[in-house]
Amino acid sequence: MSGAGFETAGAIAAAVGVRRCRAADMVAATLERIARDDARLNAFTAVTAERARSRAAAVDAATAAGTPPGPLAGVPFAVKNLIDIAGLPTVAGSRINRDNPPAVADATLVARLEAAGAILVGALNMGEYAYDFTGENRHDGPSRNPHDPARMTGGSSGGSGGAVAGGLVPLALGSDTNGSIRVPSSFCGVFGLKPTYGRLSRAGSFPFVSSLDHLGPLARCTRDLALAYDAMQGPDPADPVCAARPAEPVADQLTLGAAGLRVATAGGYFRTGAAAEALSALDAVASALGATREIEIPEAARARAAAYVITASEGAALHLDRLRERPDDFDPEVRDRLIAGALVPGAAVVRAHKFRRWFRAAVLRLFDEVDAILAPATPCVAPPIGQKTFVLDGRELPLRPNIGIYTQPISFIGLPVVAAPVPPTRGLPIGVQIIAAPWREDVALRLSHHLEAEGVVRAPRPPG
Amino acid sequence: MSVSETDDLDAFIAAGTRLMGLTVRPEWLEAIRLHLSVSLDHAKAVAEFPLPDETDPAPVFSA
Repeated sequence: MSGAGFETAGAIAAAVGVRRCRAADMVAATLERIARDDARLNAFTAVTAERARSRAAAVDAATAAGTPPGPLAGVPFAVKNLIDIAGLPTVAGSRINRDNPPAVADATLVARLEAAGAILVGALNMGEYAYDFTGENRHDGPSRNPHDPARMTGGSSGGSGGAVAGGLVPLALGSDTNGSIRVPSSFCGVFGLKPTYGRLSRAGSFPFVSSLDHLGPLARCTRDLALAYDAMQGPDPADPVCAARPAEPVADQLTLGAAGLRVATAGGYFRTGAAAEALSALDAVASALGATREIEIPEAARARAAAYVITASEGAALHLDRLRERPDDFDPEVRDRLIAGALVPGAAVVRAHKFRRWFRAAVLRLFDEVDAILAPATPCVAPPIGQKTFVLDGRELPLRPNIGIYTQPISFIGLPVVAAPVPPTRGLPIGVQIIAAPWREDVALRLSHHLEAEGVVRAPRPPG
Repeated sequence: MSVSETDDLDAFIAAGTRLMGLTVRPEWLEAIRLHLSVSLDHAKAVAEFPLPDETDPAPVFSA
């Protein structure tokens, strides 16, 4: 265990647990990497070095005393800066929230990861107020893609994707309202889990669209996703949306593989507009899983439209006072969308929520026939930072709101998804969504783990 | 977007933001108009889908 980066969380925890290496050494190596490489990647907005050293000393002392070290013992992790870290203001990618008082406590998920032995090392860059698919940020500068720092990480959990892909940490947390874990996972070539809506507590995170917000992990292998996910599950009265559902651990089930699981690919909408590399990645994954069946997710374009309307309106409602009082302190790209969202008629939002009920029922019927559905995560590989438009299905469209066309219909009804990276033969990675029925994260994770064992998906190590 | 649609949107934006106490500087208008137009197009697509009156909305969603 060198601590030189790119170790998995599982390997670190195993080594720290048997005292083959010290948590303190892992943290020291992690802080060195951040100091060396983050000037290039711009993934971190705060580094909690003293806290991490103190926590590492406590983990090492507990391990030396024979206390069970926890499944994530000594694993460094970092969180998107909309997740509360005691003692720091939760900036949510904004300038305005820097004026808020520091958080008085850690978010539930931070506390749960640390209870499992993990060690927080900092807060991560993100698109302002999470209204973003690019990873660009007016105030902190853009997160940069480790595979090509001139390209986007994707967003809004851009720093989460960049920090994990770049080997700064093996594990990060992000949030996903319309695709903000899955898009950076795709562009940065890492694994991301957007769990079922209501599975993981959001308590102590700055919201965006409450009826669509999820938190989840990003990592460089499926098993690390599962270890983190298992450590974070369970009811939390502090988040009214978090389900009163016992934890259903999956890490021990990964080796069950793909046997007996019925897998199909999503056709129609999900094959329209995708670039050749997105379809090639999808086809490779489908072939490896023997998924010859193509199914239609009905009214997917309308589902995406409804998610768009709800997002515009709920996001604007959240920020209305700030828009009135400090409009010049927003990132203009975000402010102008929020002001437009404030003008969306309430009746349109209610219609979108009614459609959501219909769409959920229609998609759940598909899961009578299949256990998982495959779809592209993004329509293209990471575009250059600063690019404003792209060509989708022969039409030039604004890039920022349209990167998530394949992720939005899925999070709209809260389905669990693993975004799994397909490494390129040359060029940049791109992700595939493995979509399962509600509360069946185990299915998506098992398939991802199987694909990883087969060498079809993998987090490629960036050059340099 | 036709001239009359642009005019309608601009009038809606001006009146709506004034009533809501929101500032719109002239240089912001083009982007706000574009974003509102896209949202209204999406809203129209949703509204065109026939649903029974009895369909319950799902504002707090349970998967």
